[in-house]
Amino acid sequence: MSMLELRKISKSYGQGANEVDALTDIDLSVERGSLVAIMGPSGSGKSTLLTIAGSLEEPTSGDVVIDGVRLSGMSRNDKARLRRRSIGYVFQDFNLLAGLTAVENVSLPLELDGVSLKKARSKGMEALERLGLGDRATNYPDQLSGGERQRVAIARAVVGERSLLLADEPSGALDSLNGEAVMRMILSACHGGVAAVVVTHDAKLASWADRVVFLRDGKAVDETLPPPTPEELLAPDVPNPA
Amino acid sequence: MSIRHSLLALLSEGPKYGFQLRQEFEASTGEIWPLNVGQVYTTLQRLERDGLASSDDVEDVERQKNYRITELGSVELSRWLRTPPDLSEPPRDELVIKVLVASRLPDVDVYEVIQVHRRYIVQLMQQWTHLKEDESHFDLAFALAVDAELFRLDAVVRWLDAADGRLHRAALEPAPEDHVALPSIRRRTGAHR
Repeated sequence: MSMLELRKISKSYGQGANEVDALTDIDLSVERGSLVAIMGPSGSGKSTLLTIAGSLEEPTSGDVVIDGVRLSGMSRNDKARLRRRSIGYVFQDFNLLAGLTAVENVSLPLELDGVSLKKARSKGMEALERLGLGDRATNYPDQLSGGERQRVAIARAVVGERSLLLADEPSGALDSLNGEAVMRMILSACHGGVAAVVVTHDAKLASWADRVVFLRDGKAVDETLPPPTPEELLAPDVPNPA
Repeated sequence: MSIRHSLLALLSEGPKYGFQLRQEFEASTGEIWPLNVGQVYTTLQRLERDGLASSDDVEDVERQKNYRITELGSVELSRWLRTPPDLSEPPRDELVIKVLVASRLPDVDVYEVIQVHRRYIVQLMQQWTHLKEDESHFDLAFALAVDAELFRLDAVVRWLDAADGRLHRAALEPAPEDHVALPSIRRRTGAHR
């Protein structure tokens, strides 16, 4: 069963003559353990798609199904609970709270969900350590480098039992090696069973994904074929990158 | 890519046999550019002819000649390392030409043509990225060579994206008649050899 399924999602803003279609009939399915990238130019609907997938915004029509549960029938409170428990977000500007330390930022979603402070902090520390930031846990965001802040944001997105990771241009203004480190972390979360969707206009980031979906004017126009297995790469009839 | 200078660089580390040079060349380029042993010996003969390398007159027991760099060879290697490759003139890029041609043909959807190439290149990039995914066998030369390839392909995708956007904009605001001719890039950039 897919962790995320978008069925015929459309979204329009405005009414009558001013109506603008941001998304039209998008179908997308993301399995646990897989990383899907959405590529497209500015204004193609990438970010809207992500906010709808994360239940931060309602589609005009179509269904969002997360872990087998349709969002359209859910109450606001239930949706908020689902967001806290199952969905992690990573934004390009990190969105860390300046007055909280790294570990407080990471454990906040668990505390909001009613997990005890002690348990939340311990899970937060665990997530930070997994990303190599154990020694920075008590630092405030302004004491961290850009790369470290984004690692904290990823730790916050995957803390607890979250199984859907949604990232919008997650490497932001980071240099290419830090951008690569961010993608390695997202990929490692996927290897641990998380389903991830990354929207980006950067082909180098998108190339970490199992599948790249191309968005244009709110429509999914194309997608990459699945990457060849090592055996296929060695087979003489498949074009080898070398 | 200059095999000639790469072999000189390897010889600057000390005398080597032809077969050894081939192995070390492949290792130093992350094994991305395979080299056949024939190319190695032809290049070594030319280096010798030009006085940039010398070899023992007699082959050893395993019938191999030992090659070493000459003083002239060291000067040439140093000159080559510091000479920028000629990037002043735009290469005759097949993909650029295809998009330029597609943009002028009335029955061709240029955006579809661009997307075919964009998808192909992103797939190639996925294959390269996949190769560097496994860090347990990290090889610096390989990582550098893969990065170079990814940046090169990324530049092509960026150009396709820019071309896509520019063509869309141009379609909304048709250019005046006298601007229809293809621009002379050589004239505009002033590029010349």
